[in-house]
Amino acid sequence: MRNYPADEASREEVAIQASGDVVKARQTVRLLAQQAGLSLVNQTKLVTAASELGRNTLIYGGGGTAQAAIVRDVARVGVWVRFADTGPGIPDTELALTDGWTSGSGMGLGLSGARRLVDEFELDSTPGVGTTVTVLKWAR
Amino acid sequence: MDSGDSKRLLELLTARRAELIAQWEQAVGASLHGRLSTVELGRELSELYDAVVDALATGGFAGRSSEYAVVRSLLVELSRNRARQGFTPTETAVSVFALKEVLESLLGGSVEDIHVYLQFSRLLDDLGLFTVEEYARTREEIISAQSQQLLELSTPVVKLWDGVVGVPLVGTLDSARTQVVMEKLLQALLDSNSAHAIIDITGVPAVDTQVAQHLLKTVVAARMMGAECVISGIRPQIAQTIVGLGIEFGDIPTKATLADALRHALVEIDKASATRAAGLL
Repeated sequence: MRNYPADEASREEVAIQASGDVVKARQTVRLLAQQAGLSLVNQTKLVTAASELGRNTLIYGGGGTAQAAIVRDVARVGVWVRFADTGPGIPDTELALTDGWTSGSGMGLGLSGARRLVDEFELDSTPGVGTTVTVLKWAR
Repeated sequence: MDSGDSKRLLELLTARRAELIAQWEQAVGASLHGRLSTVELGRELSELYDAVVDALATGGFAGRSSEYAVVRSLLVELSRNRARQGFTPTETAVSVFALKEVLESLLGGSVEDIHVYLQFSRLLDDLGLFTVEEYARTREEIISAQSQQLLELSTPVVKLWDGVVGVPLVGTLDSARTQVVMEKLLQALLDSNSAHAIIDITGVPAVDTQVAQHLLKTVVAARMMGAECVISGIRPQIAQTIVGLGIEFGDIPTKATLADALRHALVEIDKASATRAAGLL
């Protein structure tokens, strides 16, 4: 994913340690999406993606952080969200992004579904080190 | 503790009571920006002032001793009122700390004066901290009372029609709440002898895979009891998000509004009674 200039004043960080924190991260993302002028549909898509990824960070990564900011490109504005954990990592990212595959008890749609809900998606995972997922949704 | 020190201070505090209280009131009033009436503030502060003077006379500067019980109970009342009225911790603590400023201008520059001022200010620091502690405790009480209230009003199961019950869901659906919803719904189906249930998710801001999974499990459980479920309140943005996530609700009927869902249930009931009228049952 390209590195877009972020609106530093809008940058938010939420620690994810309990399921209440996922809700908090989600509300933060929703607020930024509203500020950035995303349509209701795009707001809901981004918030839902953030909800999935935040829960992954908590359940599979054992907790971590969520960062979010409003980013700007030449003629467009969007919301950028990054979830990072220092958990066990994903050995096979290709498999993890397959619909219906899960290592836990969920539906296996969270990661792959989140990718479909956003405009840009980046999954970076090293086994034993941790996982970082970055997503971006443009307003249009 | 030096009783001579507190004696000198006591004399000052007693002799210039009215003047000091007025100044104190002014200092506190300025920081609260007139959000508390001067009458109320004056009453609070003069009560507190007299209690502090009394405690100083008997208990010296030991702010946590039993002589200060009256002062502490007044401070408890003060912080509770401030916390309930929505003042910040700073605005609460300033009620105590402002007395320092008032006294500062009054004392001369002699070594004894400075010594006594330092001791008194240590006492006020202690009382100020006590105020903040009490403030935080009150806030926590308010928060826990509110979350208790939230749990109570979170999940009603209502009878919509003969044989139709509805569950309007509002807010975030986590595992604990879904469990409550499922239990209540299944019990209501049995108690009201209903064959139709409507789960309305208009008040759920985002439907992710976890929420969907919980909903699906609830529907399957209701089916096992012989009841049909309809999910209503699917707004356009929710529909698009669910499709984007790739969640399939299978053969579970979903509707945009509660009215549509109720109509659907009534049509089903009508069909069933038509079958009965035809003499098949």
